[in-house]
Amino acid sequence: MKTLIAVACCAMLVLGGCAPMHERILDTEQSQVQLRSIQSRAFDTTDREKTLRAVIATLQDLAFVVDKADLELGTVSATKVDGYFLRMTVSVRPRGKTEMIVRANAQFNDRPVTDPKPYQSFFAALERAMFLSANAVD
Amino acid sequence: MSSKSGRCRGFLLGLLFAAVASGCLPAIPPEALTLQPEAANLRVQQTRRFDTNNEGELLQASLGVLQDMGFELDESEARLGVLVASKTRDATDATQVASKILVAAFASQNMPIDVTQRIRVSLITRIISPKESTVRITFQRIVWNDMGQVSRSESLDDPELYQEFFFKLSKSLFLEAHGI
Repeated sequence: MKTLIAVACCAMLVLGGCAPMHERILDTEQSQVQLRSIQSRAFDTTDREKTLRAVIATLQDLAFVVDKADLELGTVSATKVDGYFLRMTVSVRPRGKTEMIVRANAQFNDRPVTDPKPYQSFFAALERAMFLSANAVD
Repeated sequence: MSSKSGRCRGFLLGLLFAAVASGCLPAIPPEALTLQPEAANLRVQQTRRFDTNNEGELLQASLGVLQDMGFELDESEARLGVLVASKTRDATDATQVASKILVAAFASQNMPIDVTQRIRVSLITRIISPKESTVRITFQRIVWNDMGQVSRSESLDDPELYQEFFFKLSKSLFLEAHGI
């Protein structure tokens, strides 16, 4: 009986460390500013179509299959499956008169990707497709 | 001695729960968003060049081939040269069925077998010069077993698949060019 109570307490303590339901729905555990900075890069171009086409080519190089694309809105969504499900949405929008901001957010199985490293790898691949360097967004 | 072993057991249980709880936090594989050395070969396998700068015509011909192959169009954005299509097909494998029967007969166990698969493709056209365009197609599939679980999810890299698709696309472009 004591062991059972100990097990239940352990479970509560360990699982209690998981995010509460509203945090899982809104993903508010990380700072909005920090997340945007991890997920965004600026490119010195004003050509939205060219940027979106480069994003699509990069996603294909990374073995994604495109789910949808919208030139008007400047978005591409794609999914990679390899024993897991990796879904990615990339948006492209102009900033000022000389730059395009590319933002990518990814979901790995049932969790958001918040680690900066996968995004750095993605933008490194996108830089090659764009023939432009990706600049950090302030 | 008994309290020591109790503490030890408690510690092990704690570790077990930590492992279980962290099991719901699988990490993204480092290579998932990294350009792999084989990406260049895959690109070659999945891409063909055509002597036309008419992207609309290429998309029409590609859609025709996808329809010939039984795909349903899910999404399109012609201004970005994008077609997305999918189809659901039977995934039953005779070997798996035979194994299931044997396992049920000799071990009284229910062995899950593949029953259905969803095949997805995205096809992207791109004008690369005033006279040339490329078409790149990527296939993937998700397989479900008879317990409703995803048993397999993978990109399809079989070169013959791509060769056959592009053979059909070349034929489709010829037919469309000749109004057939």
